[in-house]
Amino acid sequence: MSVSEKNKLVEYYDVAVIGAGHAGCEAALACSRLGLKTIIFTVSVDSIALMPCNPNIGGSSKGHLVREIDALGGEMGKNIDKTFIQSKMLNVSKGPAVHSLRAQADKQNYSKSMRNVLENEPNLTIKQGEVCEFVWEDISNEDNIQYDKQSKSNLNYNQLNSKSNNEPLVSQDLFSYYRNATKKIVGVRSYTGATYMCKAAIICSGTYLNARCLCGEAITYTGPNGLQAATHLSESIKNMGIDLRRFKTGTPARMDGKTIDYSKLSEQKGDDRVIPFSFSTDPESVQKEQFSCWLTYTNEETHKIIRANLDRSPIYAGIIEGTGPRYCPSIEDKVVKFSDKDRHQVFLEPEGLYTDEVYVDGMSSSLPEDVQQAMYRTVPGLENCKIVRNAYAIEYDCINAKQLYNSLQFKSVNGLFAAGQFNGSSGYEEAAAQGLIAGINAAMYILNREPLVLDRSESYIGVLIDDLVTKDNREPYRMMTSKAEYRLLLRQDNADLRLRKYGYQVGLISEEDYKKVCEKETLILSEMDRLKNTFVGASKDVLSYLDSIGSTPLTTGVSLAALLCRPEVTYENMAVIDKDRPSLPSSVTEQVEIELRYEGYIDRQKKQVEHFKKMESRKIPVDLDYDDVPSLRIEARQRLKEFKPLSIGQASRLSGVSPADVSVLLVYLEKGNNR
Amino acid sequence: MYSDDTIAAIATALSESGIGIIRVSGSMAKEITNKIFVGPSGKRIIDKMQTHTIKYGYVISLDSTEDSFRDNIIDECLVSYMQGPKSFTGEDVVEINCHGGVFVVKKVLSEVLRAGARLADPGEFSKRAFLNGRMDLTEAEAVMDIISSKSDSSLKASINQLSGNISKKIKELREDILYNIAFIESALDDPEHISLDGYDEKITGLLEKWIYEIDKLIRSNDSGKFLREGINTVLLGKPNAGKSSVMNLLLGQDRAIVTDIAGTTRDTLEEYIKFGNIGLNLVDTAGIRDTENTVEQIGVDRARKAAENADLIIYVVDSTDLNNNITKGYIDLMNSFSNKKGIVLLNKVDLGKNFEKIDFPYPVIEFSTVTGEGFDILKDTITDMFYKGLGSSSDEIVITNIRHRNLLEDCKKSLVNVQQSVSMGMQEDFYSIDLMDAYSSLGKIIGEEIEDDLATEIFSKFCLGK
Repeated sequence: MSVSEKNKLVEYYDVAVIGAGHAGCEAALACSRLGLKTIIFTVSVDSIALMPCNPNIGGSSKGHLVREIDALGGEMGKNIDKTFIQSKMLNVSKGPAVHSLRAQADKQNYSKSMRNVLENEPNLTIKQGEVCEFVWEDISNEDNIQYDKQSKSNLNYNQLNSKSNNEPLVSQDLFSYYRNATKKIVGVRSYTGATYMCKAAIICSGTYLNARCLCGEAITYTGPNGLQAATHLSESIKNMGIDLRRFKTGTPARMDGKTIDYSKLSEQKGDDRVIPFSFSTDPESVQKEQFSCWLTYTNEETHKIIRANLDRSPIYAGIIEGTGPRYCPSIEDKVVKFSDKDRHQVFLEPEGLYTDEVYVDGMSSSLPEDVQQAMYRTVPGLENCKIVRNAYAIEYDCINAKQLYNSLQFKSVNGLFAAGQFNGSSGYEEAAAQGLIAGINAAMYILNREPLVLDRSESYIGVLIDDLVTKDNREPYRMMTSKAEYRLLLRQDNADLRLRKYGYQVGLISEEDYKKVCEKETLILSEMDRLKNTFVGASKDVLSYLDSIGSTPLTTGVSLAALLCRPEVTYENMAVIDKDRPSLPSSVTEQVEIELRYEGYIDRQKKQVEHFKKMESRKIPVDLDYDDVPSLRIEARQRLKEFKPLSIGQASRLSGVSPADVSVLLVYLEKGNNR
Repeated sequence: MYSDDTIAAIATALSESGIGIIRVSGSMAKEITNKIFVGPSGKRIIDKMQTHTIKYGYVISLDSTEDSFRDNIIDECLVSYMQGPKSFTGEDVVEINCHGGVFVVKKVLSEVLRAGARLADPGEFSKRAFLNGRMDLTEAEAVMDIISSKSDSSLKASINQLSGNISKKIKELREDILYNIAFIESALDDPEHISLDGYDEKITGLLEKWIYEIDKLIRSNDSGKFLREGINTVLLGKPNAGKSSVMNLLLGQDRAIVTDIAGTTRDTLEEYIKFGNIGLNLVDTAGIRDTENTVEQIGVDRARKAAENADLIIYVVDSTDLNNNITKGYIDLMNSFSNKKGIVLLNKVDLGKNFEKIDFPYPVIEFSTVTGEGFDILKDTITDMFYKGLGSSSDEIVITNIRHRNLLEDCKKSLVNVQQSVSMGMQEDFYSIDLMDAYSSLGKIIGEEIEDDLATEIFSKFCLGK
């Protein structure tokens, strides 16, 4: 509730974005760039695009997300390219599908630079203040009829089941689902009582909702980094009939770099040749001086201190109610759960160029301050360390994202979207990815256009959102390459080829940029074709080339494409026997090499994708009355009614829906079709 | 779930009489059948076939050419072709009508599968018929009821057919594989903490071990094994009981040296024969007796060894030379192989039948290599022994077993893919993709990864009952 009923200030916008973290920034930029009058709220303008935890962007599979955000027209990739201080391509000794970029950021610069981008966006208004209430209306029948008119797919079984082999650029059907909602958003109200009328609102509240920070016995009711928590909005969200739950996460201490003895640490340098995140960044512009990270280890002494003080850890003492992530355990969790390990890795990472603060990666904790200091000081290099900021655990309100469609709109409230940690995810990149999609789809909603829904076979973003909205996530969700079943196709190196078209279709990518990708694609295909149809025999040149690279001699003629499958052969070193090759940019030859070398594997996944697409394209009508479907098991009926899956494919991924239920559903839909 | 690959299955109840139909459905139905069927003159004719017509010809083995087809005939058949959508499933359908007989029908099916079809899950034809709009509303209602009420029990039934040991073994393998997937994935996720250095060597050893164990499981699946490889059969008996003559009769030619001097066969002789509908890997052995002759003794040892590896032991007894001592010798011999299936041939009955009835622990057949007496009874007895219980009355056991075997082979294929990736120098992230497939194939056997194809097993009543 607002403090002042007397404040009669009313402003009018298209979109209100609540929160200016990584999700909020992408959402607000997408909306305003699509021509919508947008306002973004933050509890502190100084905390725009704040990195309250680790000082890096990217990493295994997260780097993929950043590339995809960039391909779609988001900002994260460009911003880290401007503000990184070290960059590394991870997993280069592994296959191309798991190569992943990770850059250390100058945190302050990252935040400042993003704020600058926001400030320069003509349609965007930045407002410091806490949103504490939603203004909504119940949807009348008339509205519903209106949605019907807006929706292209008038519900007709034949149409819904028609097999469209060319997958739609944007989902053809989701829009019609919106008419199932009972409410719609018309505005938001701030704590100071001002009203901001809007057609859509996007909740990007991160870890701020009813946040509580724990450092041993010391408990503060603040958001991350001691910032003001948002204590009012949860109530209003619940009043709309949305269920909230509590998650927990944590962060390690920051050390004063002057108190670290670097002579005892091993240095971790960046790559010699830096590859930018953004497809639009000039690669030469990122070749600059880099700063090192440092590696050290915990030891038995560290573990002894932790074990002796477990009773003072809020988690082990039972004070924390929220569910924490298994993949990012606190140091006390590591010591308890992996008691056979006598040491754990610790990375010391600079927080920026203009600060001495150093992030202690690998040792997040919620132990009390005195224990923290004792524990950190057992680590080689940290014997005399001084803690600038204590490690802490944070608990916050969030939702089970099953209440959302894949468009990230709430099923029950039209115009209300959600993104980021509020949806139960974790990580800057996951947040930004959702922010971008929520922003795009809020815009699509207002512009009466079909929402953009990426599927699991075309992007990590699709996997992320589908997992969030269909699976029972019991802990903050983190992206991993193993969650992408078609990962050989979803490489960070081809994100532009996969997604630029959607960015262009939506309106965030310029025609010029889109055409570049189309040209690139043409060049790739024609070069692959040329290599498949250029044959070499056991000539003197070829044999001496093969000998020079330590490859077995040829006995019969083969295509250059076949030769490229040999591990020793590269597109580059093959030049000596391929004299007539066209001159092509390395971004093209890289794709040619990957696509040909791994063709067998890639083709196998493409086949699986065909099957997947078939299931996804079998749509379930929005008004399907599951009570009318005979023979569904009770549990499945409940799940389906609650979830309202869009397609048979999605229904089959719901927990509690067995394959037999899916068969029953298929037969039922087909029955309707034959009627 | 719903896919459009080409499937095949035996569409009639398996029994020794009447006609057996193999149904092949899907876009590749014609192409696949064409690989294993020739017209009476040996020419491939299926590809040019008109819809809704029938052709006469031979099902031949996949490896056979048009020239060598005569040596590779599996059965004489009628093949009908129905182009979709005017077919039972609404897809292209080929039906192969063959001469009943469990072995032949299964052999034809196995050739169809080898030629590229996937074994249909029970009821999959009916389901496809539905999804292609080939069944009416009442049937749809009934089918939905059946899927939901029977899917669980059918899954359980299928799992129950696995012996405790096999499912335990599969669980162990699964755990082992999963552990390794998890290891690779965690190293990909966090390359700075977990290293895959030296992992190639480790996985190479593991793959060998896993494939060895999967192979063992595949072999342990009797019906599958007999279908593919024939029954390992050993002829055992005292010297000069006529084992080699029996073998020659079965072979239809004089392969073993036959003399009336006891102990002529000094080594084991091995032949593969088609014995009616049944494939036998027949091993003739040296006669079992105490001997001073070293060479002959080696033969005797080998005979015993062959018997230990056999699926079936045929004891050849000279009916003209029976006394208490000899009878006791045979019974001792049989007792020492009491875990094997056995048949007793009372040979040389053409020389008279004045012997007393003896209580052997196995079926006894009066036999003559001269007149051929007992030959048909022997054939029937073997068929009964190996295919009864798998045939007519309980189709599901056969299907399930083939299903299990196919999944094991899928699993093996995935593991072999990993081996190839390792030897081709592919990076570790490629391993885990195929390992995941191997894991999920095994999961389907024990029902731990419940996919809808398992649930649709229930359709079998509609399918096979048609």
